[in-house]
Amino acid sequence: MNHLPIIPILLPAFTAMVLLLAARIDMVTKRALSVLAILALVGVSVALLTQASAETLVYRLGDWPAPFGIVLVLDRLAALMVGLTTAVGLGAVLFASRGLDLRGQNFHALLHFQLMGLNGAFLTGDIFNLFVFFEILLIASYGLMLHGGGKERIGAGLHYVILNLGGSAFFVIGLGMVYGALGTLNMADLALRVQEVGPGLQAVVQAAAMLLLVVFGLKAALLPLYFWLPRTYGATSAPVAALFAIMTKVGVYAIIRVYTLVFPNEAPVMAGLPGKVILPVALATTVFATLGAMAAKDLKALIANLLIVSVGVMMTAVGLFTPASLAAALYYMVHSTLVVAALFLIVAMIADERGSVAGALKPAPQVAHAAILGTLFFVCAAAVGGLPPFGGFLGKVYVLRSATDAPGIAWIWGIILGGSLFSLLALARAGSAVFWKTSDAVGVDPADAAAAEVPDDEESHYGPVPSGLAAATVLVVLMSGVAVFAGPLGGYVDQTAAQLANPEGYIELVLGGDEVGEVAQ
Amino acid sequence: MSILVSVAVAALVAGGVYLLLRPRTFSAILGLALLSYAANLFLFASSRLEVGLAPLASIKDSPFPDPLPQALVLTAIVISFGMTAFVVILSLRADSDLGTDHVDGTPGSGVGGSEEGGNGLLEETDGVAGDGSRSAGGLRGPSSPGGEVS
Repeated sequence: MNHLPIIPILLPAFTAMVLLLAARIDMVTKRALSVLAILALVGVSVALLTQASAETLVYRLGDWPAPFGIVLVLDRLAALMVGLTTAVGLGAVLFASRGLDLRGQNFHALLHFQLMGLNGAFLTGDIFNLFVFFEILLIASYGLMLHGGGKERIGAGLHYVILNLGGSAFFVIGLGMVYGALGTLNMADLALRVQEVGPGLQAVVQAAAMLLLVVFGLKAALLPLYFWLPRTYGATSAPVAALFAIMTKVGVYAIIRVYTLVFPNEAPVMAGLPGKVILPVALATTVFATLGAMAAKDLKALIANLLIVSVGVMMTAVGLFTPASLAAALYYMVHSTLVVAALFLIVAMIADERGSVAGALKPAPQVAHAAILGTLFFVCAAAVGGLPPFGGFLGKVYVLRSATDAPGIAWIWGIILGGSLFSLLALARAGSAVFWKTSDAVGVDPADAAAAEVPDDEESHYGPVPSGLAAATVLVVLMSGVAVFAGPLGGYVDQTAAQLANPEGYIELVLGGDEVGEVAQ
Repeated sequence: MSILVSVAVAALVAGGVYLLLRPRTFSAILGLALLSYAANLFLFASSRLEVGLAPLASIKDSPFPDPLPQALVLTAIVISFGMTAFVVILSLRADSDLGTDHVDGTPGSGVGGSEEGGNGLLEETDGVAGDGSRSAGGLRGPSSPGGEVS
């Protein structure tokens, strides 16, 4: 049996356990271990992508036949998400190695547990197992979010934890409804049974699907449920915020997976309900988050709102539920996750060099590394705003083109284009406030900045800028790669969307029994 | 019996959501606990409620209950129990760091420190003695979850 699909779960799990057991070894060794493990994960991701491009792999845990045992399914979507997670994780680990990890013993262990939960959520083919991996990644994220402490962080963390625990309770209730109505939890098996649901159970199945949508919407930060995000991401440290850029994508991933496979939009029992709900909600999310970006008084809050704008754009494409729009959503997701993660890191470095003003958009002394930080900020701002030649432009064109046949085209085009324009305005305002409207010509040396007391914005005053730049540069280079290799990546996401639009192959592979299992091996 | 269970689940959810929306962390934690009880009970009932069945699958043809929801509930209980412990510690930490047990980190209007006294668990770490003891008082009085509502 090919054990490839379980490696992205086991590798971070073992790394994290070793880091926990060796909690008292010096930080240099821990960092080396952590970076090595994540580089190994990069290699595994490449293998996963190659494998998924060739054929989908089903891994039966304990060799129990589906639907009785839990299966991991490595298809194109899962491989893409694991690869994206690894890339963002690499940036976060490198940036944290500047000094944030010194503020507690177990930063790296928590980060690897988080990666384990993320990879597991992307790979699992069982909806209750999805809940378990959600919990794993959430528990790790609570620890990471609070890492370093501080009043602002604890206060925001309390909201984040309570909100997500409430979300988990509703997830369990939704799963109870699914199991009660359909009698299985394997996603492929569920997909078959949903097709056969009679009118008597239609209301229950629809209610279960919508309850799950609320839970996933909370993770993905859709409109009525995103107000926690700017505060949480603003309060936590930069590498954690960068890693959390992938956390919203778990919600997006779950929505894509569940509403193309388990409760497909076009299934008779669903009667197009997911699309009818998701599309307006996503458009409204884009509008409100754009307003939030315009009103942001702080760089971190600006980036957090731009993250929600990007979620709104990609969920708009998802809400159309056509193969072209799903491909567009995936392409845009890869780009926007990388660029938002990079922006969180860059903004933290900028905030570091502005002394006590930190990220606030008001006059402050010129930052010491204005040239390099300004260039990175400019590149990422152009990319996130959707200017050519970056992937944001291509992704948005892709999304707009996929919406040409949709009934609400005026709304979709208007809101996405307007959102881009106003995001750019907000970024231009922030960039000029930070780099041009300096209060005087005296630069703040990072050493001075470190000496100056900045009690609540702490994580970064440990290392020199270059090690942080390395982390941001990795993400920016990858982000540029999304544009440079738009052809191959576009082909990949097109085929991914085709796979999602025709779940029969997935279902047959999972439930196919031994003869298909042989093929998979 | 179905009616009894559904009424119990409904009451737990209603109470849980109400308490979750209260301004103090203690009530919010109680609310989360009630909500997770409701979720677990609901999950347990998802395999239909039967009376008088063998507890385990037997070799004979006698009917037995579906074991899967029981396993699921067990998983969900472990997770919610662990998370309750975590959120208790987190709110104690928030209380000592922020000097208040209000979920927004600011003492709310209309919710006075009605529970006085008690040698606070956290007084020594807390500049504002009254606030620290308020949470400790709340923790010692679990019989009155709505006690903070004046």
